[in-house]
Amino acid sequence: MKQDRAGTETRWRRFGDSYFVYRLRRDRLAQLCLALFVLMMASILAAPWIAPSNPYDLAQIDLLDSELPPFWLAGSEPGFPLGTDAQGRDLLSTILYGARVSIAIGLGAVMLQAMLGTALGLLAGYRGGVIDTLLMRLVDIQLSFSTLMMAIIIGAVVKTAFGGAFYGDYGVVILILVIGLSEWPQYARTVRAKVLVEKHKDYVDAARVLGYSGRRIMLRHILPNTLSPILVISTVQIANAIMAEAALSFLGLGMPETQPSLGSLIKSGFDYLQSGSWWITLLPGLFLVAFVLVVNLLGDWLRDTLNPRLPEGPL
Amino acid sequence: MTQPETLETLGRAADTPEPLVSVRRLRKRFALHPERLLPWRFDRRQRGWRRERIHAVNGVDLDIQRGDALCVVGESGCGKSTLARLIMGLVTPSDGEVHYDGRRIDHLNARQWQPFRRRMQMIFQNPYASLNPRLTVRQALEEPVRIHHPDWSRDRVGAKVETLMADVGIDSGWGDRFAHEFSGGQRQRIAIARALSVDPEFVVADEPVSALDVSVQAQVLNLMMDAQASHRLTYLFITHDLAVVEHFATRVAVMYLGTICELADADTLFAHPRHPYTRALLAASPRLDDAFPGQLRLSGELSMPLQAPSGCVFRDRCPHANRRCREAAPTPITLDRGHQVACHAVEEGRI
Repeated sequence: MKQDRAGTETRWRRFGDSYFVYRLRRDRLAQLCLALFVLMMASILAAPWIAPSNPYDLAQIDLLDSELPPFWLAGSEPGFPLGTDAQGRDLLSTILYGARVSIAIGLGAVMLQAMLGTALGLLAGYRGGVIDTLLMRLVDIQLSFSTLMMAIIIGAVVKTAFGGAFYGDYGVVILILVIGLSEWPQYARTVRAKVLVEKHKDYVDAARVLGYSGRRIMLRHILPNTLSPILVISTVQIANAIMAEAALSFLGLGMPETQPSLGSLIKSGFDYLQSGSWWITLLPGLFLVAFVLVVNLLGDWLRDTLNPRLPEGPL
Repeated sequence: MTQPETLETLGRAADTPEPLVSVRRLRKRFALHPERLLPWRFDRRQRGWRRERIHAVNGVDLDIQRGDALCVVGESGCGKSTLARLIMGLVTPSDGEVHYDGRRIDHLNARQWQPFRRRMQMIFQNPYASLNPRLTVRQALEEPVRIHHPDWSRDRVGAKVETLMADVGIDSGWGDRFAHEFSGGQRQRIAIARALSVDPEFVVADEPVSALDVSVQAQVLNLMMDAQASHRLTYLFITHDLAVVEHFATRVAVMYLGTICELADADTLFAHPRHPYTRALLAASPRLDDAFPGQLRLSGELSMPLQAPSGCVFRDRCPHANRRCREAAPTPITLDRGHQVACHAVEEGRI
């Protein structure tokens, strides 16, 4: 037991001494982003406990409260700090719950992309030859469709085939599938390029000489050495997936209004922009922009930290 | 496919024991521009389309007896490393055969290779690249033991790893460290331990000390010689350092442009080099007791072996080359005690 605790302590100390923490200590912007990110994630995850009301609970919604302004404007009510939307839902609660949906879709889609793209990229890079050519042409074809077009087609087909109610119930899953299946080539290309570098290193030859199976070499020897680029593009891809979800919801192909994501919340407020209730669109929009910006900045910082040889500044 | 006359030209007497490794007419050609759609290019001089390929190994015949430490020496780019990788099955030969303990192994698939992986191992040149940066020393050593002995218990695998680390002089308390926490010499020790982890009988070492500091080269070499004695190993040792050869080798093969030009016992080769290239090579390495340094100077560079050469590969730089050397490739002739030389001039008694 005692030894265990000592081991954990040295591990913490080693983490404290690492280049990662050193870079973080010196970079104010990264600190700010990390703090904002942690704050946002914490409030999103704790939404059921800290949100003033539950926007999914119809009993708590009163239509008479609709379109109340946020607290700094005249006519606001103390129970609704950021005002209400057109259905009388508290906007702060709806943003927090909506962000949960957005991030769930973003993470799910990125996990799907990462698994699919990494597996295919690894296979293409390691096996080479015909498999490589076929998979990479598939990537080219996939990249020539835009995500939005794919999503519109799939969304429209599912909606007509199974009806709007089904789409409402399984909206999260469908959006994860659509975004995940249309953005995997990013991963496949990055992983393949890294595998082509790693494959010619002697440790891979040593593994072959020791008689390890191809699968073992790919998963246990090459894959761990391709993780840092995967991690870096994942941050960018999460931001992209959340934006794609917002765009789809805005076009009416995303989450239904009863279970709004940030995108569908922005869309629902869009109709009231002209009538003076600008906060219904603007506040979730600002939250979305801030979140995506923070994730992107953190991703850039992570890339610079993991690849210290890259020149400073944007590439 | 082994033809009797090839065996005869190799001078294998009937009483010599079966070699552990034997290589017959081994060739390897690499595409010069593998990414190009068409491998051919128009050759203006010959007015024809020509495939652009590098002839890295060009018809090598070689026997390695059990217990030998056969050193292959030659300049950079002469195909020594490719020869090693061909024998280990890391590269498939374009032509020719590799036999191990009487069985042909050059065309095997991964599954058929498996029994030979335990018997043949390889040590690589650069210990900074040959150890997986994400594995600790213990993980790197346990993995091959587990894979080749799936029935062993955890304790037995652990004990084996401890023994391996002790054998190569790596403190067993360092087992949880990663490769980047060690110096080059220590890394090479770990790489040697990994090669020995499956208890091989034949080890190919591709320039194992040339990436190391001079002060630790001797330590690593001595470790390899100790391992040879304790594990009864047979070595194929690739190097370009003649001092290493003298220290280590029982037999020496001199390679030039993908062919072996001289093959002899180490003492014989250093005392009585016959091939003009070997003589130049020996003359080029500085020695303390050499009264006439730099007697033989070669002009020119090692040429790119783009075409399979006609005649002797060394003809352009050889001071003794004549018309026959330009026209016909010399076949190896055997002098006394298995000393083989591929040179027309030696055969004719001109040198």
